[in-house]
Amino acid sequence: MEILMILTVGVLFTVATYMILSKSMLRVIIGVVILSHGAHLLFLTLSGLKQGAPPLLGEEASAYTDPLPQALILTAIVIGFGITAFMLVLAYRTYKAHKTDNLDELRGTEDE
Amino acid sequence: MKNTPVQLHVITRIVAFIILAFSVFLFFAGHNNPGGGFIGGLMTAAALVLLYLSFDLKTIKRVIPFNYSKIIGAGLLIAILTGIVGMLFGFPFLTQFDEYYHIPLLGETHAASALPFDLGIYLVVVGFTLLVILTVAEDDS
Amino acid sequence: MSTLHLVALAPFIMAIFIPFFYFKFRHIHTGWFILPLPLILFIYLIQYLPLGGGPMETVERSVPWVPSLDIHFTVFLDGLSLLFALLITGIGTLVVLYSIYYIANKKEEPLNNFYVYLMMFMGAMLGVVLSDNLIVIYVFWELTSLASSLLIAYWFHKEKSRYGAQKSMLITVTGGFAMLAGFSLLYMMTGTFSIREIITYGDAIVTSPLFLPAMILILLGAFTKSAQFPFHIWLPDAMEAPTPVSAYLHSATMVKAGIYLVARFTPVFGGAPEWFWIITGFGLFTLLWGSVSAVRQKDLKGILAFSTVSQLGLIMSLLGLGSAAVHFDVVDGQSLYTVAVLAAVLHLINHATFKGSLFMVVGIIDHETGTRDIRKLGGLMTIMPVTFTISLIGIASMAGLPPFNGFLSKEMFFTGTLNSTTLDIFNVQTLGVIFPAVAWIASIFTFVYCMIMLFKTFTGKHHPERLEKEAHEAPAGMLISPVILASLVIIFGFFPNLLAYTIIDPAMQSILPGLLEPGEQFYVNIYHWHGLNTELFMTMGVVFFGSMIFLNLRKWQETTFYLKERDPLNWFYDSGLVGLIKGSTVVNDVQMTGRLRDYFTYMFTFLVLGMGYMLWNTGALAVDMANTADISIYMYIITLSLVLATVVIPFVSSRISAIVLMGVIGFLVALLFVVFRAPDLALTQLLVETVMVVLFLLVFYHLPELKKETFKPAFRLTNLVISIGVGLVVTLTALSAHALSYENPISPISDYFVENAYALAGGNNIVNVILVDFRGLDTLLEVLVLGIVGLAVVVLIKFKAKKGEDV
Repeated sequence: MEILMILTVGVLFTVATYMILSKSMLRVIIGVVILSHGAHLLFLTLSGLKQGAPPLLGEEASAYTDPLPQALILTAIVIGFGITAFMLVLAYRTYKAHKTDNLDELRGTEDE
Repeated sequence: MKNTPVQLHVITRIVAFIILAFSVFLFFAGHNNPGGGFIGGLMTAAALVLLYLSFDLKTIKRVIPFNYSKIIGAGLLIAILTGIVGMLFGFPFLTQFDEYYHIPLLGETHAASALPFDLGIYLVVVGFTLLVILTVAEDDS
Repeated sequence: MSTLHLVALAPFIMAIFIPFFYFKFRHIHTGWFILPLPLILFIYLIQYLPLGGGPMETVERSVPWVPSLDIHFTVFLDGLSLLFALLITGIGTLVVLYSIYYIANKKEEPLNNFYVYLMMFMGAMLGVVLSDNLIVIYVFWELTSLASSLLIAYWFHKEKSRYGAQKSMLITVTGGFAMLAGFSLLYMMTGTFSIREIITYGDAIVTSPLFLPAMILILLGAFTKSAQFPFHIWLPDAMEAPTPVSAYLHSATMVKAGIYLVARFTPVFGGAPEWFWIITGFGLFTLLWGSVSAVRQKDLKGILAFSTVSQLGLIMSLLGLGSAAVHFDVVDGQSLYTVAVLAAVLHLINHATFKGSLFMVVGIIDHETGTRDIRKLGGLMTIMPVTFTISLIGIASMAGLPPFNGFLSKEMFFTGTLNSTTLDIFNVQTLGVIFPAVAWIASIFTFVYCMIMLFKTFTGKHHPERLEKEAHEAPAGMLISPVILASLVIIFGFFPNLLAYTIIDPAMQSILPGLLEPGEQFYVNIYHWHGLNTELFMTMGVVFFGSMIFLNLRKWQETTFYLKERDPLNWFYDSGLVGLIKGSTVVNDVQMTGRLRDYFTYMFTFLVLGMGYMLWNTGALAVDMANTADISIYMYIITLSLVLATVVIPFVSSRISAIVLMGVIGFLVALLFVVFRAPDLALTQLLVETVMVVLFLLVFYHLPELKKETFKPAFRLTNLVISIGVGLVVTLTALSAHALSYENPISPISDYFVENAYALAGGNNIVNVILVDFRGLDTLLEVLVLGIVGLAVVVLIKFKAKKGEDV
C-alpha cells in the first residue's frame, strides 16, 4: 500500500508544481493547497502504515498507529488553512485594487 | 431577498443547533476520544457559517453580537494564562495538570488544566474562521 | 559577575538612562550627567596600579556566557589591559567634559544620540581590552566599529559625514570579520578561545600549517582598525565627526585597538620572522606615508588625522621590532630589543596626551573662528593666548623636541631602529639600515607638518574678514581638558619615571611574558640626556632639515604634490564601491525579475538538482516492494479518484468546477485519513474542507474565470519538465526512504507519548494529548499564527488606501 500511496503523492506533487508555476494567482493558490495535501499524505505514509489501532488508549489495543505524525499533520492542516485563507483574501484584495490576477502584470515597476 | 426560502430556514435552525451541540460534545470529548479544540472550533464555525449562509448577515449579527477579533484575543489570553499559572508554582511554562475526582451522582470526573488551554484554542479557531469569512462577506455588500 | 565586569558594562547601563536625562532635564546639558561615570571608573581602575612597587597582580574573573561553545565572559586585567582601560576612562572623562562646551545644548543637536553612542563606544572599548575570550573580544570589537561609524555620522545631514561613516564602517568591519576568521583558526589549532590558554600552547601553534593564515587574518583586523597602510584611508574621512569624537576615538583610543591586539598577540606570534617583517614593514611605511601626506593638508584636522596615521605606524613598527626580543636573553631586566617595546608603550601614552590636547585645541579654533583651513587662519597668537600655549606644548612634543615627553619616546624610537641594524636573525643583516633611515626621513616630515600647524595658525597676519566668526579666546570650561592634557605632556616630560614601574613595566610584562624570571622586573629608566650619541644627532638633523623644508615651503606650494590633498589610495575604495554596487545591481536585475514564476523555478530546479544529485551520489536509491501493507480494493478506488481529480485540475477553466474538484480532493484525503486510522485528522480535514469551500466561493465570486494560460510553448514545456522533475524526485526520495527505513529500523520517538499519555496527562486521545500537553507550546504558537492571519485579513480589507496611494 505504501508504494501505491507514494505514487499518488508523486502525482499530487507534479500537478501542484505545475499549478504553482502558472501566471494566475488563483492557480498558484490551488497549487499550494494540493501541495500541502501531498505533503500530509507523504508524511503519514512514510511514518509507516502499520496496521495498529487508532491512537486512542480507550481502544485498548496491543499496538497503535504512530500518534506523533498525526499530531504534526493536524497542526499543519490548521496552519495551511490559515495560510490559504490569507492568500485567498490577498488575491481578492489585489484583484479589487488592480483588476487583474495575472502575476506578470502585477510586477512592480523598475523603480520600486 | 424576495423569496424567503422557508424550508431552508426551518431546516437550518434545527440542523445548526444540532451541529453546535455536537461541536460542544466534540470539544469536551477531545481528551479521550477524537475531538478537541481544533475540531470543536471548526465545527462550531461551520454551524455558524451555515446560519450566515441561510439567513442574511444583518439578522445573524443581531442574534450573535460577537466581535470575533476580540474572541481571538480572549482565546490567546486564556491559552497563555493557563501556561503562566503553572509558572507561578515553579513549573515550566505550559505544564498541564490533571486529577480525577469522584463526585457523588456524577461518578468519576476528570479535571485537567489542558481543558482551559483547549478552550483557548477553540476560541481562536472559531474567531479566526468567522472573522475571515465575515470580513470578506461584508466587503462585498 | 564581578566589579570588573561591571566596569565594562557600566557605560551600557548608563546609555539606557541617557534619554531619560535628556528629555526630563532638558535645560541641563546631558553631558553633566555622564561626566561622573568615566571619572569613577578611572579612579576605580587606578587602585589596580602597583603604586607600592613590585610586579602587578593580575586579576581574572569569569562568567559563563555560552559555556557549550567555550565562550565565557572572562575579565582579565593585566598591565596591558590596565593601561588601555586607564586611557579609555581617563581621556573619556576629559572628552566628556570638553564636549559639554563644544556641543551646545540646542534644540537641533540630538545630544541624547551623541552620548548614547559615546557610552556604547566606551563600554565596547573597555570590553575589548578587558576580556580574555576571543569571541567576546570580537563582539565588542565590532561594537566599537559600529559606535565609531554612528559618531562620525552624528551630523548625518552632511553628505561628507555619511560618506566617512560608511567608509569607516566598511573598512573596519571587513577587517573585524577577517579577524574573526583568524580567531577561529586559532581555535582550531588550540581548542580554546581564551588568549591566556592559547599563549601556553607556544610551539604547537608555531609549527601548525594554519599559523601564517591565522596571523595574517588577525593582523588584517588590527591594521584596518589602527589605520595602517593601505587601510588608513578611512581615518582622514572620519574627521567629519565632532572634534571630541576625533580626539577620543580616532586618536586616543579606538584606533589603538589594533595596537592592543598586536601587543596582546605578541606572546603568541612574536618570534616568527613573518610577524617581525609584516608589522615592522607596514608600520614604518605607514609612518612615512602618513607624515608625508600630512604635510600637504590644508585642514587642521586633516593634518592631525594623517599625523595620527603616521604615529600609529610608529607604535606599530616599534612593536614589530620589539617582537625580536623573545630571541635574546634579558640581562639586568633589559636587552637591545626590549627597548623598542618600552618605547612603544611610552609613546602610546605620550601620543594620547599630546594628540588629545591638539585635537581639542583644533576644536577650539574651529569653534571660535568658524574654520579649520590654514589658508584662512593666521595671527591667532595674541587673540587666543591660552590656546596658543597649549598648542605650542602639544606640537613641540609631537615634533619630538625636549623637554617634552614626545622627545623621550622619539629618542627611544631611534634607539630601537638603530639596534635593529645589529640584528642577526630574520635576514635583517643587510636590510637593517633601512629602518633608521625611514624613521629619520619620516621624522623630518613630522617636524615639517608640526611647523606648518603652529606657524600657519598662530603667526602671520590675522584676517578677520576670512573668518565666519569674530575670533576670541575660548570659555574657561572648554580649556580645562586640553590644559590638563598639556600639563601631563610637561609632567611626563620632566618626570617620565613616574610611569616607569607603575604602568610601563606591567604593560611590558604582558607583551613579553616569559622573558623574565618570576618576580623580576624590566629595567625602565627614562631620562633626557644620553650624551652625544647617534640619536641626538639624528634629532638635530631632523630639526635642521625640517626647518629648511619649512622655510622653502613657498617653492613647494605650486607643485602638484602639494596641491593634491586627497590620498590617492582613495581611488581604490571609491571605484571599488561603485563597482560593487554596479555588480550587485546587475546580479539583482538578472535574478530578481519580480516574476513569481521565476522565483519558483529557481527553487524547484534547485530542489530537483540537489535532491537528485544526493540520491544518485550517495547511492540511496532503493525500492522495496516486499515490506508493504496489503492493499484492499477500496484503496485502489480512493487513490484512483484522487489521482483523477488532481490531474484534471490544470485543465479546468471554470471557477465552480475548480472549487468542486478541490473539495473532492479534500474529502478523498479525509477518507484516506480514516483508512490510515487517524480519526482526528479525518475530522479536521473534513471540517477545514467545508469551511474552505465557503471561503473559496466567497472569494471566487469576485475573481475572474481561470483563463487559459497564455504561456509560450517553450515556457509551458519548461513548466511541465520542472513539475515532472519535482514529482519524480519526491517519489524516488519517498520510495528510497521507505525502503531504507526497513533496512535500518529506527524506534519512533512517539513510544514515549503512547506510554505516558494517560499516566502524565490523564488523556486517552494521544494525538490530542500531544497537542495540548506534550507539545503545548507548538500549539500555542500555531493559534498565534491564526490570530495574526486574522488581523492581517482585517487590515487588508478594512483599511483601504487613500486615493492616490499605491496598494
